[in-house]
Amino acid sequence: MRRNLRERIPGGCAIIGVMSETGRRFDGTTVIEGIRCMHERSNGLGGGFAAYGIYPDDLKPYYALHVMSQTHHEHETMEEGIRQHFRIIHQEPIPTRRHPRVGEAPILWRYFVAAPTDFAEPPGEEEYMVGRIMDLNGRVEGSLIFSSGRDMGIFKGVGYPEDIGEFFRLDEYRAYLWTSHGRFPTNTPGWWGGAHPFGLLNWSVVHNGEISSYDANRRYLEMFGYRCYMKTDTEVVLYLFDLLNRRHGLPIELTCSVLTAPFWNEIDAMPPADAELWRALRQVYAGALLNGPFSVIVGFEGGMVGLADRIMLRPLVGARAGDLVFIASEEAAIRAVCPSPETVWAAEGGEPIVARLARSAGGSEPASAHKVEVPAAS
Amino acid sequence: MSVIKNEPVTEQPAGGLLPTGAVPAGTTGSPPRRTASPADRGSVGVERGGGVGNKEDLAKKTRQAVTPFRRMRPAVRTHPDFRVIVDEDKCTLCRFCVLQCSWDALGWDDRVVPFDENCVGCWRCVAVCPTYAIRIEQWPTMYRENHNWTRFIANSVRKQAGSGGKLLVGTGNDKPYPVYWDHLLIDACQVTNPSIDPLREPMELRTYVGAKPDRVDLAAYLSARERHFIPTDHRSVGDPDRSGDPSANGRPAFDRDLRRRLGIGPQLRLETPIMIAAMSYGAVSLNVQKSCARAVAEMGTYWCTGEGGMHPDHYPYADHTIVQVASGRFAVDADYLNRAAAVEIKIGQGAKPGIGGHLPGEKVTADIASTRMIPEGSDAISPAPHHDIYSIEDLRQLIFAIKEATRYEKPVFVKIAAVHNVAAIASGIVRAGADAVVIDGFRGGTGAAPTMIRDHVGIPIELALAAVDDRLRQEGIRNRATVIASGSIRSSMDVVKAIALGADAVYVGTAALIALGCTLCQQCHRGRCAWGLTTQRPDLVKRVDPEEGWQLIANLFKAWSGEIKETLGLLGINSLESLRGNRERLRAVGLSQAEMDILGVKPAGR
Repeated sequence: MRRNLRERIPGGCAIIGVMSETGRRFDGTTVIEGIRCMHERSNGLGGGFAAYGIYPDDLKPYYALHVMSQTHHEHETMEEGIRQHFRIIHQEPIPTRRHPRVGEAPILWRYFVAAPTDFAEPPGEEEYMVGRIMDLNGRVEGSLIFSSGRDMGIFKGVGYPEDIGEFFRLDEYRAYLWTSHGRFPTNTPGWWGGAHPFGLLNWSVVHNGEISSYDANRRYLEMFGYRCYMKTDTEVVLYLFDLLNRRHGLPIELTCSVLTAPFWNEIDAMPPADAELWRALRQVYAGALLNGPFSVIVGFEGGMVGLADRIMLRPLVGARAGDLVFIASEEAAIRAVCPSPETVWAAEGGEPIVARLARSAGGSEPASAHKVEVPAAS
Repeated sequence: MSVIKNEPVTEQPAGGLLPTGAVPAGTTGSPPRRTASPADRGSVGVERGGGVGNKEDLAKKTRQAVTPFRRMRPAVRTHPDFRVIVDEDKCTLCRFCVLQCSWDALGWDDRVVPFDENCVGCWRCVAVCPTYAIRIEQWPTMYRENHNWTRFIANSVRKQAGSGGKLLVGTGNDKPYPVYWDHLLIDACQVTNPSIDPLREPMELRTYVGAKPDRVDLAAYLSARERHFIPTDHRSVGDPDRSGDPSANGRPAFDRDLRRRLGIGPQLRLETPIMIAAMSYGAVSLNVQKSCARAVAEMGTYWCTGEGGMHPDHYPYADHTIVQVASGRFAVDADYLNRAAAVEIKIGQGAKPGIGGHLPGEKVTADIASTRMIPEGSDAISPAPHHDIYSIEDLRQLIFAIKEATRYEKPVFVKIAAVHNVAAIASGIVRAGADAVVIDGFRGGTGAAPTMIRDHVGIPIELALAAVDDRLRQEGIRNRATVIASGSIRSSMDVVKAIALGADAVYVGTAALIALGCTLCQQCHRGRCAWGLTTQRPDLVKRVDPEEGWQLIANLFKAWSGEIKETLGLLGINSLESLRGNRERLRAVGLSQAEMDILGVKPAGR
């Protein structure tokens, strides 16, 4: 395992997300079987999962830091850093089972932590967490905090995703939302940290494709304190969601529309007030426009969203069956675990597929303060 | 009449050399002594009507061409730069070349007689000759080869020994400094991401110039929006970015208020990220400016008047005009500021950082005088500094004085020359409240500059631009102002590379002049431009037809825009903002590690 810090790694991939909108929890076999169906879309150099709602009630309120380290020394250095910045409530190795097709794993550990003090303002704690995690990941060589949300976790490594899922014993977890990723990097020594999903707080991103605007986005994000230490284009998607939704208060749908903004001629044709807003959004968030062929599934607390690029250069399919919402690269992957969904549709470029927990299941509008109809990008 | 010239004759130092004590940095140099004579104007004013004057006129022209020469001491003799060779077998004796040459390099004695010492290599005669009978060659050097005392340097010494004055020149730096654009290569898509065909898919070049906030405050916007009547039923409401105009379908207050709630400053909408840089009336002719104004209006972009004021002929294009406030403050009043789309404060110019300008009184014709609002025939002097700006806080006062005068409806640009500490200066300018910072590199053009200053002061735009963009991002204020790169943008690929390094848009000056005929003879300061560009002589000015000129510039911009779209497509992106600051898509060849660090690019192959 070696962190490849110099190169950005483009690639093709398989992605899938499954969610129960009623908050029903189900084990990881569904999503593993779904991603197994798209075996051909990965090449064994990376696979991973994000699962929401997996931890027991007494650990739910705490940030679950999943850490991978190359050596014991690096593991201890990271632990020291975590101890320095946070209050550790509980810690344990991440349970795994030996798997014939998964090679030597790094040291995998998880810490359930709280911020050391109370923060007067609600965003204060999250800002603190993000800042410290970025700092530790940038500072501690050979060790990585790859998951940091509450009541959610990311499990990833080098191998085919279905094997990685079995390695992490995901059949023993129950979650209301699962996403998964099979990786086909085109130039890489695959390393465990480079597999998807990428996570920050409760955000997780799985990504198929390439962000051709990567450096423009990266340099934009750096102005807001984000550090792209992974050097993969997926990372910028993650931070852009965090910036626009959590920090700037744009609703998820609007965040998606800003990332895949309507074309200027579409804006010109809007009613004047809408055009004015969109003009402002494109002017202000020019650095947030994601360009290039991509489809992503972003998981967050209480929901997930699938999004494809403006001109639909990568596939994305949605389906619905009872309380379940599926988003995947291929319809076949959905039908492999749900043979006859009620509806199946192909996503339109730049139009998000959003699934949310019903209010009865404890769902709420994620992070955005505004419950107002905002004009969508047509 | 017979002209015999067997001995080397030294050029009279009227134009190229100013006597000691004269301020040489005017927008054009002092006028050529003999061209002011009415008789001469009469003789050359016939070039369009059939091309041939009567024989007496020609004889007079020839005589006048020879008389200014006087022998100088042998030590200060220089040889001509060029040799004009007329192929007598091809020459049809039409005499058109003789009439067209504004430099007195061609005379007539029953055949075309070249006066090589006057030739500036402008190629006007070559271009007008119907039989291609004229050839211009570099004067074969007669000196012993010397890489230290080059011909240029040795000749400069000789000229100054004769004149005792500063050397003057026009056009940008021609010395062989590295051109970093030519050391940068562009990425392209293969397999892992598809390239995009700009003929099939939308490809967006639109750019907004002006200050942007860090975020859109959606709550403030929505509450403001609820309080306003929103006329959603009529869609053709003009360009809301020009909403300061109260005639725009009766909805100005709405837009302005809403935009302010969104925190968006006034914006210029560019349909292509290329604007025309400041070239003042006086430095260039009115016909050049007319060509620029119409071209940018047609292409949906902007031009800058320079410091010479805005001629009434350009009022129809005021919406596409940036007016300049320079240290001479010519023409500046409330109407001037409010008429324009934006206002540019000129602190410095890449070709001559730190020095001012001087338009000699002889050139201040009635028209130029009224445009600049100065008395006819008076010297128009732009001091080296603004005498009310001795510090950054003084600049802030001027920026806000202009904003107050324009009710905060016009973006205010600040233009500086690229100098060593440019990044910190640009940061200060942004914090002082400028909506756009123009960085003018040391290869930028000029109507007149002291040669030694043009050639040795300032830094390249590529390095300055990269440093400024980095600095503004480090300080988290990149959004607050637009960055415009200027100073020898020569092709669409220079534009692409500038934007990838971090510019929002570029200014071009010399390229627009080349489109109108400029051949880079570097004699702009002498006011005799044979192509009618940098002159006020009516007989020369009319060589540029604005009706044709605007199309030449518009064609150029259209061609460049097409190439930029093609490049975006091969990069796999369909909007210019995804190129902006995207240095990952550039690679360097043949640069040192330090240069690559400053540019923020990797070497090719990595």
